[in-house]
Amino acid sequence: MEPIQIIQILAFLSLTTFVFVVSGKKYVAIYRNISMGKAENSSPDKSLRWKNMLRIALGQGKMFTNLPVAILHLCVYVAFVFTQIELIEIFADGITGSHRILYNSIQFSWFTGLYTAIISTIEILSLLALIATFFFLARRNMLSIPRFRKTEMEGWPHRDANIILYWEIVLVTCIFLMNGADAALHPDEYRFIFSSNLGPALLGGLSENTLHLLERIGWWGHITGVLGFLIYLPYSKHLHILLAFPNTFYARQKPAGQIDNLDSVTQEIKLMMNPDTAFAAVDPAAEIPTFGAKDVGDLTWKNLLDAYSCTECGRCTDQCPANLTGKKLSPRKIMMDTRDRMEELATFRKSSSEEHDGKGLLSDEYVSVEELRACTTCNACVEACPVMINPLDIIIQMRRNLILEQSKSPEEWNALFNSIENSNAAWAFPASDRLKWTEN
Amino acid sequence: MELQVKTMAQLTAEGQSVDVLFWVGCAGSFDDRAKKITRAFAKILQNCEVNFAVLGSEEGCTGDPAKRAGNEFAFQMAAHMNIDILNGYGVKNIVTTCPHCFNILKNEYPSLGGSYEVMHHTTFLQNLINEGRIKLTDADVFKGRRITYHDSCYLGRANGIYEAPREVLAQLDAELVEMKSCKSKGLCCGAGGAQMWKEDEPGEERINTRRSREMADTKADIVAANCPFCMTMLRDGVSKQNLEGKMHVFDLAELIAAGQGIQDINLD
Repeated sequence: MEPIQIIQILAFLSLTTFVFVVSGKKYVAIYRNISMGKAENSSPDKSLRWKNMLRIALGQGKMFTNLPVAILHLCVYVAFVFTQIELIEIFADGITGSHRILYNSIQFSWFTGLYTAIISTIEILSLLALIATFFFLARRNMLSIPRFRKTEMEGWPHRDANIILYWEIVLVTCIFLMNGADAALHPDEYRFIFSSNLGPALLGGLSENTLHLLERIGWWGHITGVLGFLIYLPYSKHLHILLAFPNTFYARQKPAGQIDNLDSVTQEIKLMMNPDTAFAAVDPAAEIPTFGAKDVGDLTWKNLLDAYSCTECGRCTDQCPANLTGKKLSPRKIMMDTRDRMEELATFRKSSSEEHDGKGLLSDEYVSVEELRACTTCNACVEACPVMINPLDIIIQMRRNLILEQSKSPEEWNALFNSIENSNAAWAFPASDRLKWTEN
Repeated sequence: MELQVKTMAQLTAEGQSVDVLFWVGCAGSFDDRAKKITRAFAKILQNCEVNFAVLGSEEGCTGDPAKRAGNEFAFQMAAHMNIDILNGYGVKNIVTTCPHCFNILKNEYPSLGGSYEVMHHTTFLQNLINEGRIKLTDADVFKGRRITYHDSCYLGRANGIYEAPREVLAQLDAELVEMKSCKSKGLCCGAGGAQMWKEDEPGEERINTRRSREMADTKADIVAANCPFCMTMLRDGVSKQNLEGKMHVFDLAELIAAGQGIQDINLD
């Protein structure tokens, strides 16, 4: 084995070890953050879970409300999934210091045919993904599509989206560089659909050494790109490529209109209604229940998984009647805030012996009262999400905190609550008026 | 026709059983416009000889606006009282003309001890039509008219009912047109989530103003609603577009009652 091969093996092993350790830590941290949430109150249908995951995550079932965009997204998605096959050989080559180890060591003609077919498919899909990526860059940066231009997308979220798209271009370019240089080096060997023609045509005049170098640049560029992506992913909105699967699997299955009843309130009412307990002395050691959510730890783990699954596409905000009419509420921002707040709290806990930094998700820094009050609970955001995120569930839990813990309520709502509590009616009419409609 | 409505209390005292309870709701009881919907639906029930009753003074707010506003306590107190009364009468079937009452009775009462077969009146009407119990003798009053249907959030997205109301409307001798946002993408009227009871948050326009532009674009004569709160919002939208007299908002029950010839309808 030549020294350059040994150097490459060592470089590959140390790079992959580094990436797996660093990214692994971050993925574990995300798992811990999601575990901050409370238990979910549901009795799911197991087979529906699988169906949802297969139809909506794997099959992209909810993307097809906008066909052109769905097709562009599908190109990138299928290319991404299918290209993983090539990674098997890239890893094998990296560890052994060999070159196209599968192609060269399995000499059956059927395997050579299969290998050529797979690489050619990867090339076709990569080209489609490349075209889609240019469309996406144009849509995001040149066209004024409202959902990409909302205030919550300014700065990092906008850059994050572009970085991933540029990254995609680099990855695809490296694949073609690697295959093309290889094809130019061995013109009679490979029959890859694009690079066996383009490679010799564009790079054919170059020296063998240069071609070899270009092939290495392509190979190393691709694998460092993939490994770098693994590190970048948990810091980016792009985590949905992994979390869409558990998120659709664990998605709520009840009718969208059903808001869970708070068990703690049911218990309080039972105690009140029961004459044996209503006037009994309160046990001072008993834990006082808190109602609704003020911070991420008050939400359920599914709410938190939702936040990490959000790719900030803004289909929710695009359908939100409050946002469409210029109100501050944006369901996407609720999800982004939930995630940012989780990260902030986790960072605080790392450097402090205290459990809590005194801040909260329900605050002017994150989700404001004005945003929460603008929601009509219409479920348009829930319906629009391609990965079954439920922003409304979080909004309702924070509304509960405002009313039940902080007694923060608009005057008109206080009048509404008074009517319901005192007149059993949404307006302060006497019960005796309830039959007046029969009088004509 | 003369309305004859009995309460559960009356019928129970007379020792009679009731097939279905008509849950009128607060809007249907107190809001002047919504009361007309209540009357129209009661007339249909009576005309189809449905054995029904109402709770009258024993009915209370379901607690929907309190719950959506975040006041779980007020909601559960209200639910508790209603469930006591409903269970006391042994109610099995409920029909209601309000999709908010429908949603909360159907989905949120069961875990508090109130399990009933709950139906929204649009589905109930569809069943009556399918059973041949509704005869639309006067459906030609809608001849040459355009009707557009507004999906309420609590019937549509919340409970997935999009087709029943459209099938009911298809019985009328009119042309059905869809708004730009319809079915699962239907645009809210702006009243849900207890917004009906408070001023809007600061913004560029009201939600019903936006919806009214989509209504106007259809050039429909009639906007069909299925919710008393949408009714208020959509009528307000019609006046914002200066379409009073040209565009009319009616509940499905009113349209069917007119088609049956048991209630007059003014389309001018």
